[in-house]
Amino acid sequence: MTAALSVDRLEVVFDRFRALKGVSLEVQSGESFGLVGESGSGKSTLLRAIAGLAPAASGSITVNGKKLGARRDKAFYREVQMVFQDPYGSLHPRQTVDRLLQEPLAIHGFGDGEKRIQRALDEVGLGTGFRFRYSHQLSGGQRQRVAIARALILEPSILLLDEPTSALDASVQAEVLNLLEEIRRRRKLTFLMVSHDLAIITHMCQRLMVMQNGEAVEHLTAGDLIERRVSKDYTRNLLRASEGFVRA
Amino acid sequence: MSAEAIQSRRDWLLSERPASRMQARLGRAYVAWRRFSANRLAFLGLLILIALLVVAAFADVLAPYSPTFGDLKGSRLLAPSAEHWFGTDDLGRDILSRVIFGSRWTLYVVILVAVIAAPIGLLVGTVAGYAGGWIDAILMRITDIFLAFPKLILALAFVAALGPGIENAVLAIAITSWPPYARIARAETLTVRNSDYIKAVQLMGASPFRIVLRHIMPLCISSLIVRVTLDMAGIILTAAGLGFLGLGAQPPLPEWGAMIASGRRFVLDQWWVAGAPGFAILIVSLGFNLLGDGLRDALDPRSGDQ
Repeated sequence: MTAALSVDRLEVVFDRFRALKGVSLEVQSGESFGLVGESGSGKSTLLRAIAGLAPAASGSITVNGKKLGARRDKAFYREVQMVFQDPYGSLHPRQTVDRLLQEPLAIHGFGDGEKRIQRALDEVGLGTGFRFRYSHQLSGGQRQRVAIARALILEPSILLLDEPTSALDASVQAEVLNLLEEIRRRRKLTFLMVSHDLAIITHMCQRLMVMQNGEAVEHLTAGDLIERRVSKDYTRNLLRASEGFVRA
Repeated sequence: MSAEAIQSRRDWLLSERPASRMQARLGRAYVAWRRFSANRLAFLGLLILIALLVVAAFADVLAPYSPTFGDLKGSRLLAPSAEHWFGTDDLGRDILSRVIFGSRWTLYVVILVAVIAAPIGLLVGTVAGYAGGWIDAILMRITDIFLAFPKLILALAFVAALGPGIENAVLAIAITSWPPYARIARAETLTVRNSDYIKAVQLMGASPFRIVLRHIMPLCISSLIVRVTLDMAGIILTAAGLGFLGLGAQPPLPEWGAMIASGRRFVLDQWWVAGAPGFAILIVSLGFNLLGDGLRDALDPRSGDQ
């Protein structure tokens, strides 16, 4: 297997604050990789740096064997897409679903837009009845499905997921996660998923990295997590915290 | 049309599941229209403007006399009567006819200023807000320079440089009225530029040009429309002011401001000469203000979920 995405000693600095302190990771093609950590640990920053939304101060990012420069080109966006955390903020308030999905096709000059939009909506389980709605006419789960459809419509090979379900309630969360897993399997996508919910990460990902204060604490597999084979105190604390919600 | 047909049309417009692009757009417009027409005063403003448009369009038919030729011998400075509803001026011209023809010049000024100033302000503001950095600094300092001068004084300076006349007055007003629009558009742009939905478009590989034009400008337009409508009254007054000072419309053009200026000399004895155009300015300014207020309620994205 080749690495679909590799990050090498990546540093991100905002003003004087070092948000990422030399983080490295490697995600294999077709793998689902999780990033876990408390708020402010730098996991979302890492995702945004890969997407080109946060400036990399040093280090390198390689996607499908191609090293990325400071500026992303159009080809990059056809390989890597992102789903944002807040479905209420990631859809343009004045555009219909149709318009939202058309935009990436127009930018990349796809001709068969009609068919692609139809297929993308079907794929995320939204019928044509939703196509001409505005985002305020959709529920949170439906909005996130639209966001997923928008990310998939360019047929990327890597999907960056920034806590894609944390803004949704529990039952909808499960629906969206199952949808993502199903799409990943069908399309053989590579996922890089951020979450603070260990249960979701163990459910969705084969391997994961625990982060704290902009640094990698340790690399684990989902099996390690289930069997509590962790070596660092920080990870143990995270595990304990996540158990706190389970009824005794 | 039967009540049922109207009801089904309404249902079609308000459908939660529009079946086409057209239906979604019409439904949205209908909701905005309902909110707008529920406001009686705003509706009155709209009626005033429609009346202004009608009067301007049919001035030839509506005006009982010529606006530029008067009877110097027999009808100078006549008081309002059945024959001359608004009286006559010092050159024996029927004031009603002059006010009716003057509506054309008022519309001409207002529309031209809006068409020139609003796009400039929108472009400068959105580009400055989205680009940030030194582009923002340069564009906004230019805006500040224009804002630093009193509007009428700057317009006066432009007219003095360009020469008197209604076209130059329009140009001068347009040049002095875009900076507030740029400010509004920039403020609006700053609130949305870091939102996730703009980031999402960036992530699709859209060029900055496309983002500004297709994703940011539509969000700024409604507050800009409101502001421009509210400014219309001010534009009319500035144009009238320039006309009054003799730097706008030149005689014998029946421009309202110029008419007040020429009526000023006998305002104590023959009040109607200055009074009639003054009243017309008042009504039209009021109409624009009422309409602007109503549009703010109907279009403001911050009020309601639209």
